[in-house]
Amino acid sequence: MNDMTRLENALDVTEAKISARGVQVFYGDTQAIRDVDVEIADKTVTALIGPSGCGKSTFLRCLNRMNDTIESCRVEGTILLDGEDIYDRRVDPVQLRAKVGMVFQKPNPFPKSIYDNVAYGPRIHGLARTRAELDEIVERALRRAALWTEAKDRLSEPGTGLSGGQQQRLCIARAVATEPEVLLMDEPCSALDPIATAQVEELIDELRQNYSVVIVTHSMQQAARVSQKTAFFHLGNLVEFGETGHIFTNPEDPRTEAYITGRIG
Amino acid sequence: MTDRGAPARRTQSSLFAADRRTARRNAVEARFRLYGLLAICVGLLMLAVLVVTIVTRGTGAFQQSFVTLTVELTASKLDKSGTRHLEAIKKVSTFGYAPLLAAAFETKAADLGIDTPLNPKEMADLLSKDAAATLRDHVLAHPEQIGQSVEFRFLANSRVDGYLKGRVSRDSIADDKNISAEQLDFVDALVAAGVITKTFNWDFIFGADASDQRPEAAGMGVAMLGSLAMMLVVLVLSLPIGVAASIYLEEFAPRTWWTDVIEVNISNLAAVPSIVFGILGLAVFINYMHLPMSAPLVGGLVLTLMTLPTIIISTRASLKAVPPSIRDAALGVGASKMQSVFHHVLPLAAPGILTGTIIGLAQALGETAPLLLIGMVGFIASNPPDSIAGALLSPNSAMPAQIYEWAKRADPAFYERAWGGIIILLAFLITMNTVAVILRRRFERRW
Repeated sequence: MNDMTRLENALDVTEAKISARGVQVFYGDTQAIRDVDVEIADKTVTALIGPSGCGKSTFLRCLNRMNDTIESCRVEGTILLDGEDIYDRRVDPVQLRAKVGMVFQKPNPFPKSIYDNVAYGPRIHGLARTRAELDEIVERALRRAALWTEAKDRLSEPGTGLSGGQQQRLCIARAVATEPEVLLMDEPCSALDPIATAQVEELIDELRQNYSVVIVTHSMQQAARVSQKTAFFHLGNLVEFGETGHIFTNPEDPRTEAYITGRIG
Repeated sequence: MTDRGAPARRTQSSLFAADRRTARRNAVEARFRLYGLLAICVGLLMLAVLVVTIVTRGTGAFQQSFVTLTVELTASKLDKSGTRHLEAIKKVSTFGYAPLLAAAFETKAADLGIDTPLNPKEMADLLSKDAAATLRDHVLAHPEQIGQSVEFRFLANSRVDGYLKGRVSRDSIADDKNISAEQLDFVDALVAAGVITKTFNWDFIFGADASDQRPEAAGMGVAMLGSLAMMLVVLVLSLPIGVAASIYLEEFAPRTWWTDVIEVNISNLAAVPSIVFGILGLAVFINYMHLPMSAPLVGGLVLTLMTLPTIIISTRASLKAVPPSIRDAALGVGASKMQSVFHHVLPLAAPGILTGTIIGLAQALGETAPLLLIGMVGFIASNPPDSIAGALLSPNSAMPAQIYEWAKRADPAFYERAWGGIIILLAFLITMNTVAVILRRRFERRW
């Protein structure tokens, strides 16, 4: 029975990896997000854009329950990952975060070696039984993050010694090492120079083949370059959500148009 | 119109000459720097005065005058029965040994051809009151030497010692019944002959305290062991309790009215005078729990109470200093709260925790007031403890309490030892702080 319903669910959501319905977020008494409905498709890049303070990062952090660490934060509505409500009481956020990885705005490698940075997730989740397996996982993750050629000879050096762009790719490698299904990226390029940004963007495009990626960005060009779907947030509301090409060329809402043409922001 | 006026005004001021406002601002800044420099100079001056005073007054304690004498262990006096039975030899008290010392001095004076009006007993008064006991202990340990002549190094009397160090002068002995000008003449002759010498005094560092009459024999060693035992108790209790409390408060506890109250009270505890902890220890540990009086265990418990707030405050500060991005990173890859704390936050905070702990320990090491109340002063810690349990439970003193005790006693020779004790205590504190700095550097480099 159970398996049957699971199967149905799975069939049901081949389109949507994550579906958020009526999400409201409060910080204490102030409401940060109002009635957000978003369907995030598998193996696509979804960009969340909008002016500062519009709630896009807050929404992103709802998707792996990072908001739980903020005491005053309260989330209402439902967010389904493969049809399962991630805010259900039975869900352990730790388990959820293994499935929904996250890359932060500022590169934040652990002050450990490059190897240990990548191996940390697999270690705590018991993904490798032997050292050789772990080595393989680390290599695969670093390759996916396009860091292997640069880092393979200095795996034992501290990750904090890398350049900013390399650090961010290391963080991406660390996030993909646990084999997540969804990768959340909170302005991953805002601390990087244009060259490093280009590398990370290229990387995001490659990651799309294996994961569904949700990216928050301030740069509309970046959203246009890397994403297939775009959601525009304004003052805590989801104003418009659709195909990236459609949003940027033919926005339906005047606010979206105003934002992408630079009149609000 | 205004456009024309503006360039004209601008040409009047030159970058090469400071205008009035700038000159005034620079003067204020220069004055402020001067005040700062002055403040630092005053601080350094105080430090220099402190160090110079301590060193000049205290170094004397590390040297001690010894008299080298050949004593004939006369069989007829020490073993009247002639059987060499230890029990029979033990019957002779230190009074029985005193004549031997006098006789030894007499022969020494005769050998060296020193002309002195002193009688042999007065000569023997130059020795410490310890000397007869030293001799007796030696004989009891080596009864086979009875009948032979053996060379000994006896402690000189504190007056003689003071005379050699310049503390006692011929003027100052006018009212002193313990030593006479003739005895000093004799001392001069013995020093010239090399019988009385001043050497480094290991017994001051490793020896036990001595009674009022024998300042020359007093040492810091047993009190040092007392302090060590207390520090052990403090470390074993306050580090785990303090760190666990800090981690809970900083990382896990919800921000509620209760945690606020706890926080405020921990800060308040850090400011509570140490004597309050002392009287608490007296009431709770000794009167209520009936732990032994004067025991380093009780001292350690009291000092633990005192050190805990220091450790908690410094641990929380260093936990807070760990960037939140590290916690996010750990949580982001699916680490549990506890994993993120123990794998990432705690190692980063460790240098700070370590430093806080060592500084807390150093503070506890120098603490005297609470020890007064639990009875770690006012008696003579004459025997080193024989086991770890003994070190914790048998009455002992501690370094600062010992210093206080010495400073209280009448004989100026004890006063010198109090300063010497302060040098030892400071050496410990400086060592601990240096270790803290070195450990912190090393840890930080690793991360």
